[in-house]
Amino acid sequence: MSHQRTSTITGHEYPEFVKIVEVGPRDGLQNEKEIVPTGVKIQLIDMLSGTGLHVIEATSFVSSKWVPQMADHTEVLRGIQRAPHVQYPVLTPNLQGFQDAVAAGATEVAVFGSASETFSKKNINCSIDESMLRFEEVINTAKEQQIPVRGYVSCALGCPHEGHIEPSKVAEVAKKLYEMGCYEISLGDTIGVGTPGSMFKMLQCVMKEVPADALAVHCHDTYGQALPNILTALQMGVCVVDSAVAGLGGCPYAQGSSGNVSTEDVLYMLHGMGIETGVNLAKVVEAGDFICNALCRKTNSKVAKARGRTL
Amino acid sequence: FSENLQCQALPEKVKIVEVGPRDGLQNEKTIVPTETKIHLIDMLSVSGLPVIEATSFVSPKWVPQMADQVEVMKGICRQPGVSYPVLTPNLKGFQAAVKAGASEVAIFGAASELFSKKNINCSVDESLQRFDEVMKAAKEAGVPVRGYVSCVLGCPYEGKVAPEKVAHVAKSLYSMGCYEISLGDTIGVGTPGSMSEMLEAVSREVPVNALAVHCHDTYGQALANILVALQMGISVVDSSVAGLGGCPYAQGASGNVATEDVVYMLHGLGIQTGVDLSKLMDAGAFICRSLNRKTNSKVSQATCKL
Repeated sequence: MSHQRTSTITGHEYPEFVKIVEVGPRDGLQNEKEIVPTGVKIQLIDMLSGTGLHVIEATSFVSSKWVPQMADHTEVLRGIQRAPHVQYPVLTPNLQGFQDAVAAGATEVAVFGSASETFSKKNINCSIDESMLRFEEVINTAKEQQIPVRGYVSCALGCPHEGHIEPSKVAEVAKKLYEMGCYEISLGDTIGVGTPGSMFKMLQCVMKEVPADALAVHCHDTYGQALPNILTALQMGVCVVDSAVAGLGGCPYAQGSSGNVSTEDVLYMLHGMGIETGVNLAKVVEAGDFICNALCRKTNSKVAKARGRTL
Repeated sequence: FSENLQCQALPEKVKIVEVGPRDGLQNEKTIVPTETKIHLIDMLSVSGLPVIEATSFVSPKWVPQMADQVEVMKGICRQPGVSYPVLTPNLKGFQAAVKAGASEVAIFGAASELFSKKNINCSVDESLQRFDEVMKAAKEAGVPVRGYVSCVLGCPYEGKVAPEKVAHVAKSLYSMGCYEISLGDTIGVGTPGSMSEMLEAVSREVPVNALAVHCHDTYGQALANILVALQMGISVVDSSVAGLGGCPYAQGASGNVATEDVVYMLHGLGIQTGVDLSKLMDAGAFICRSLNRKTNSKVSQATCKL
């Protein structure tokens, strides 16, 4: 899917349309300490379904031993009211998870690789190459059933264990996932250390192997860099952005720090630039208010904070 | 210019104007003891910052936080090579500032008529006339003057502000003799869209190397706005240690962008600032402890916990 380019801002072209991939219900909640009741998860997703978002990552079919927050994956997938024209991808780390997901009604899945060997070993207990073999099984089976697969590459701008990550490694992993059959590769700044400088260098490298319109950026706001990093990605031709309502999800590597960038703040920026998303910001703010009340926590979204209190 | 971003030159160096001790503290509810202010400025002075806005010579009736302006000016340990500008709203304030040892001052205009009336009780043109007095006295005394324009990307009362109005006020201040014009997104509503539109209009009237941006992070847009400004040739950025200073127009919301977060971005882009980030964070940690509040800087939050 290629998008028309428009020169909206001096010296830079930006996409006319940006697809937001809402990861709050999965990536967001997965990183929240409180176990959220199934009913609340379903209501959150249903509220998000009414905002205009095109993609809402609903849950994860990993073993509940590892990720207790996602133990109710089947009930969630079965309980949500699917809006027409909205995709509800789910994470599937292996063939078993994929089969469970399909049995529960999944029509799109995602696999999660890493650009860091150490992170791969610590996070999913195997090397990058081993994980690729696992994903190949999932992707081939998914192909047979015509289920699209999205690929994630974590640690794209730095690793909590290894530190600096070579852009060429990110490109290598992204290329592998793309060639295996992932329709889109989401490049994740897992610990939020990236800046427009490192984002640019990494994308320059990856774009030699994977076309820009098959790429997405998944920026964490741990160091406050997410929005300028997203801006840089847009300037380079990326037109898919992952974000989480209310900035749900802390950073497991910097306790107490923020994680995912807030969907509300991303939308505010994009709309202010004349970029369309199809999403109603006010309705996302409502969904954010709902989940923050349910979690007894404050929003991480500055837009939501400002809107809630303006004179 | 160093070329870090494709097809777009970025400045090799950016001058950070640290406004924490003035703009930051002015918008904090707790009255800060004089010694604390002095200690903060002294810590900032050794972090490599080239400019630290020290205090404000407005009447303590209006701004009680800045009532100790003279003691602060006299008490700080001035680092060679560092400027310590102070705000001077009128001739009286200017005279008091110079008497207290100020060697650089700043004046504050608005791009919004309503904001000007509500904030300083006169129209934009009247305020420019007032500043004319200050400019004349400053010229005679050989004291450089920095000009601020507030509400450049939106006004809490008027809403949208025309870029041409911002350009008009910026040009007036520059023509009167201000060596630099700092364009302030007072309520933080700007985005890269409105920022570039405004800068395009202003840079037709004032040379880009005499411009600075003063972004508020109330809607989380500050760093993205600063990046766009850099891409348009701006090389002076105002910020506040620990993101001190809330937003008086959106209660509980943040105000100034955090210097630590700006420096982190600039260094990541290979841009020189002369600032030692860890010393800066020390200053931020100090003032937050004194104010008994958490930092607004994400870099500080993350770094302490890794």
